[in-house]
Amino acid sequence: MNAEELLYCDTHEWVFISDQDGQKLATVGISAFAVEQLTDLVYMELPSVGVAVTAGEEFGEVESVKAVSPLYSPVTGTVTAVNEDLPDNLDTLNTDPYGAGWIMKVAVSDELSDNLLDYVAYQRQCGEAG
Amino acid sequence: MTDAAPQESAQTALFDWHVEQGARMVNFAGWQMPIQYSSIVQEHNATRNNVTVFDVSHMGRLRFNGDGAAALLDRLLTRSVADMKVGQVRYSLICNHDGGVLDDVLVYHLETPSGTRYFLLVVNASNREKIIQWINAQWPDESTVELCDRTLETSMLAVQGPYALATVDPLVGADVSGMPYFRAKVTDQMNKPCIVSRTGYTGEDGVELIIRKDQTQHVLQNIMASGRQFDISPAGLGARDTLRLESAMPLYGHELDETINPFEAGLDFAVSLNDADGNPREFIGSEVLADMATAGGQRQRIGLVMDGRRAARDGYPVLAGGETVGIVTSGTFSPTLQQPIAMAYVPAELAVTGQELEVDIRGKLVPATVSRLPFYQKPKRT
Repeated sequence: MNAEELLYCDTHEWVFISDQDGQKLATVGISAFAVEQLTDLVYMELPSVGVAVTAGEEFGEVESVKAVSPLYSPVTGTVTAVNEDLPDNLDTLNTDPYGAGWIMKVAVSDELSDNLLDYVAYQRQCGEAG
Repeated sequence: MTDAAPQESAQTALFDWHVEQGARMVNFAGWQMPIQYSSIVQEHNATRNNVTVFDVSHMGRLRFNGDGAAALLDRLLTRSVADMKVGQVRYSLICNHDGGVLDDVLVYHLETPSGTRYFLLVVNASNREKIIQWINAQWPDESTVELCDRTLETSMLAVQGPYALATVDPLVGADVSGMPYFRAKVTDQMNKPCIVSRTGYTGEDGVELIIRKDQTQHVLQNIMASGRQFDISPAGLGARDTLRLESAMPLYGHELDETINPFEAGLDFAVSLNDADGNPREFIGSEVLADMATAGGQRQRIGLVMDGRRAARDGYPVLAGGETVGIVTSGTFSPTLQQPIAMAYVPAELAVTGQELEVDIRGKLVPATVSRLPFYQKPKRT
């Protein structure tokens, strides 16, 4: 996926929205900036398929040698799929954070949050953070 | 007059260099320090396999001059100082009157080239001001001691790893390789005064250098040039923490504080209740500590190893049979052992190698086994 076409949370998750037969489907991951900041990833906790997630609320966690970081859902809905290969291959987050490094897919049940940032706005935020 | 600028955290002489190297800087004990340059795991492994250099200038360096220095330190420290030979370094504790640990320190007995003898105390950055106040409060009435806080006038670099000695040896006017561990010498680097010691906080062989602050850049460049053949790289506080944790070295504020006594921490070796002739020593806390030594601790510092990849971290509860029995003080995913390791305090009866316990990792109970400490010991090299 092209990083410039994604939406972002200020907590560094990305989301790609597609339309499947009128149902909005969100693919969620974490940004290259986040992966670079975390470094030394050792563990990722995925949600279960079928659970409800809420925009802005925790849905999993990623752990590095240094610390644990919660993952926040960009959207509200139900988890339809998780990337089960990812926890055992966390290096994928370094090599392909916007493709093979996806974390979960969500059937979106609510309007998208106004808080999501486009690529330019997100890059600006990262620049200020960095 | 203008308003005073808000107090900012201190910078070491190498602040700009750290930033140039791409370090991520954090505030640690009032100092802006590099947490990591590349990745913690890379810097950790480079220290275990090659050689790295750490800026540890934030550590407090207190110099004691005068005839009364040994007597004063003998009263302050849990190990004897008066019998230290020139060139010796000792790990010791400073306890309060209740036997609680105020700090863990290294004390050096040194001699300048002109023959003046003095003592140097290296204290934790986070405790430096507290310890200076404590020492001032214990100051003898008829004082023949002078205390100089040398922290801001000097820098301290730790060169650590299997190639640390080969890196430093050509640079200093002392035979570092011929020096036993826990020995130190006042020598020179490019004709500038330098204290070199075989000490460190990584579990690897290594050297620490104390130099004049205005010489820091030169000395660092010389270390980097000399270590290039061994792939020397800088390492930050992140790797320093994972390295000391694998080596089960306590960190003040985690495994040590004023409510923990030295025997609970497993630091019996750092408390000399008797002198070399077997007579009881008198130092601050000695009476209480003597009682504690016979009574035994209520709780004990232990090592825990776990399966999986989630680390037990500072503050997580330790459980036995569903009941909370203790608390984790430090933990990480060990880069060397490739499994989660932690240190914790539990009741003495559970502090048995092989004991099965559980750690509450953010609501999930994860099995953990009491392990022998240290988790890692450097291989014997010939």
